[in-house]
Amino acid sequence: MIRPLVILLAAFAASGAFGADQASVQIEPTTLQGPRPLAKETATAVVRDYLEAWQSLSAALEQNRTDLLNQDFVGTAKDKFAETIEEQQKLGIRTRYQERSHDIRIIFYSPEGLSVELEDNIAYDVQLLDHNKVQTTQLVRARYVAVLTPAEVRWRVRVLQADSN
Amino acid sequence: MKHAFTFLIGVTVSAGALPALAQSGNLDLPKSIVAGSAFSIQSTSSAQGVLYIVGPGQVLKRDVQPGQPITIAAGDLDCAGHYLAVLTSGSSTETGEFDVVPGSQPATLSFLAKPSRLPVGLQSGISGAVYIFDAFQNLITAPTPVSFQLSIPSEATQSRTVVSRQGAAWTDMNSGSKDGNAKFVAQAGDVSATRVIQQVPGDPCGLKMSAKKVGEQIQLETDPLRDCSGNAVTDGTIVTFTESWNGGQTTVDVPLKHGIAQAEVPAYNGARISVATGVVMGNEIRWANQ
Repeated sequence: MIRPLVILLAAFAASGAFGADQASVQIEPTTLQGPRPLAKETATAVVRDYLEAWQSLSAALEQNRTDLLNQDFVGTAKDKFAETIEEQQKLGIRTRYQERSHDIRIIFYSPEGLSVELEDNIAYDVQLLDHNKVQTTQLVRARYVAVLTPAEVRWRVRVLQADSN
Repeated sequence: MKHAFTFLIGVTVSAGALPALAQSGNLDLPKSIVAGSAFSIQSTSSAQGVLYIVGPGQVLKRDVQPGQPITIAAGDLDCAGHYLAVLTSGSSTETGEFDVVPGSQPATLSFLAKPSRLPVGLQSGISGAVYIFDAFQNLITAPTPVSFQLSIPSEATQSRTVVSRQGAAWTDMNSGSKDGNAKFVAQAGDVSATRVIQQVPGDPCGLKMSAKKVGEQIQLETDPLRDCSGNAVTDGTIVTFTESWNGGQTTVDVPLKHGIAQAEVPAYNGARISVATGVVMGNEIRWANQ
C-alpha cells in the first residue's frame, strides 16, 4: 500500500552528553508490503517509540547501564545491546552515540498487526572512551532496519541492525 | 600520514568473509565481513597499540603487538551491523568503518500465523508472516525465498513461495472446506516452522426443526446442523426457539448437543414457533392442538 505523501520534518532533543545538537528527523512516505493498512496514529506511535529507543540506547551505552534498555527494547535487540554493555564494562570502555539525523520509512506492517519494520538512514557521531579517555569521535552514516512489536502501551524494538544491503 | 607511529594494516580473511577492500578513514578494512567469520588484520607496526571495533551490537578490544597479526576468531564478531574500527598507538589514531553482514543461511524463523482458529471457507482468512534470522540471530535482509504451505486433511495443499524483502515475507491462504486441524508451514532454506490452525465449521446452512406434543408440552428438535460444506456445526452453538401466542412470547436458548438442539415449550393452540442460530433463521411452525 502506498500512502499519500507525508513528509514530517521534526527535531527532537538528543540525550547524548557530548553535544546539545538536535537530530533532524524526516519521515518518508510509507511504502508498505503487506495487506494491512497502517493507521496514521500507529505510524506516529511507531516512529515516536523508535526514536525514544535510540535515545535509551545512547544513554545505556554511554553509562554502561543495561536497565536503561528495559523500556524500549525486547528480545534479540535487548539481549545483544545488554551484551555490548557488559562487554564495555569488562573492557573499561564507553561509547557515546549522538544522533544527527534520521530518515525513516516504514516498510512492512505484518498482516496480523503484531510487527512493524522500518528503515532509517541515520547519521550519528560515535565517541569512544577508554577509561574515560576519549580515543576518537567519528561521524558515521549507516542504514538501519528495525522491527518493532507492540507491548502494553508502546512499541518496543525487537531487531535493530545496520544493514549494507 | 605523519604520526609518531605508523601502522600498515593489511587484511586477510580466513573463512567465509568477502575481502572486498574499501578505503575508509585511515584504515584499509574489508568492506564487509560475514557474521561469525574469522579474520585477521596484519600489522607491520613496530610499536604496540590497541585496536577497538565498536558498534551498538558488539565491541571488541585487542592489543596490537609489533609485527603480529590481529586475529578475530570465528564467532568473535557475530552481530551484524556497521562498525567503527579504531587503532591507537601513543598519540596516533587511525580509524575505518566496515559492515558485518548476516550469514546467508537461515537458521531460525520467527513465524506469526493468524488466526489460530477460524471457520471453513474463508478466502484469505489465514495470514502468515516470517522474519528470517541467521545462526547468530541477525536478520537476513538479503532476498531469500520462503515457501508457505497449508496442509488440510483430505484437501489439496496450498503452496506459495515468496521472496523476502528486508528480512520479512508474508502470505495469506484460504481456509479449507473441511473442519479439523490444518498445518501451516513456513520454510526458508533448511529451516522450517509449523503452526496449527484449527478450522471450525461455518454458520449453519438450512436450519430446520420439527415439533411433537409430549403431554402438555411441545417438544422441539432440530435436524442435525451442518454448515454449507457439510461439516457438523460445533456442539455448544446456541440455538434459540421462540414461541409467540396471543401477544405472549417464550424464548428458549439451548446449546447444540450431538449436533442437534432440543427444547420444550408450552402447547398453546395457534402458537407460532420459530428457530434461529446466530444470523441464520430456520423454519416456522404454527401449532394447532388436536
